[in-house]
Amino acid sequence: MTPEDIFVKVRDTLVDALGVDDDEVTLESRLEADLGAESIDFLDIVFRLEKNFGIKIPRGELFPEDLASSDSGLVKDGLVTTEGLASLKQRMPHFDLEKFSLDPKVENMRDMFTVQMLVNFVKNKLAV
Amino acid sequence: MRWFWIDRFTEFQSGQSATAIKNVTLAEEHLHDHFPGFPVMPASLMLEGMAQTGGILLGEKHHFEHIVILAKVPVVTYHGWVVPGDTITYKARLMDDRPEGGSVEVTAHVGSRLVAEAEIIFSHVEQTGDFQHLNQKNFVFSSGLLSILDVGKAGDEVLS
Repeated sequence: MTPEDIFVKVRDTLVDALGVDDDEVTLESRLEADLGAESIDFLDIVFRLEKNFGIKIPRGELFPEDLASSDSGLVKDGLVTTEGLASLKQRMPHFDLEKFSLDPKVENMRDMFTVQMLVNFVKNKLAV
Repeated sequence: MRWFWIDRFTEFQSGQSATAIKNVTLAEEHLHDHFPGFPVMPASLMLEGMAQTGGILLGEKHHFEHIVILAKVPVVTYHGWVVPGDTITYKARLMDDRPEGGSVEVTAHVGSRLVAEAEIIFSHVEQTGDFQHLNQKNFVFSSGLLSILDVGKAGDEVLS
């Protein structure tokens, strides 16, 4: 499956999950800020990606759950620490860590949840 | 009024599917307002019946260890009226089941007539932290609602 094929299927997934038009979905679109996703939509997206691509997505693999919690030890004063970034790199290779590292505020993390991130994730999954 | 929008399970395949019925009666107060002279089952309450059928199906799979909340209804379509005297049959199939939640597809029939269908997504909320003082009664189903699971057993041998 080419990256273009993956994008088309991810786009269709988001059209179904978020009720957006297909021309609103680009690789750069942010799931929350641009496409209006809410937290519960992430579960819906996971369900649909599993179904549409025939893959299994364990909890927390696509979207990190515990990173931002105060007792994770990976966040200090609202910033993801060096250890946190290392953990992200290991757990989320689909995440654009280079860009996030420029301003690693926890609140910026959700802006990193983009269509490109989903495409990267599926590409990695299918390659295994 | 008690928040029971199904009357009985007539089939329950743990982790797979469940069928429940709801008898609609003019004794239900809201039907006299919805609408005066034209009583029909509110669509929102049919959705509640679908959610209770599917929510219990999901909850039972995990032995009711999680609080199950109705998170999202990606698709719901209504096809026709339901009036007093009708028996609605809700059929739910468990489509996804994960530690963080699950989803079901549910249809509602009166006889052979399809009156509604929906996809419903539920989220599991753990009884820890902010949620430790909550109990099931605030959510999709209460422990009282679970008594519906006993109705068939008590009344006849429909549910084995």
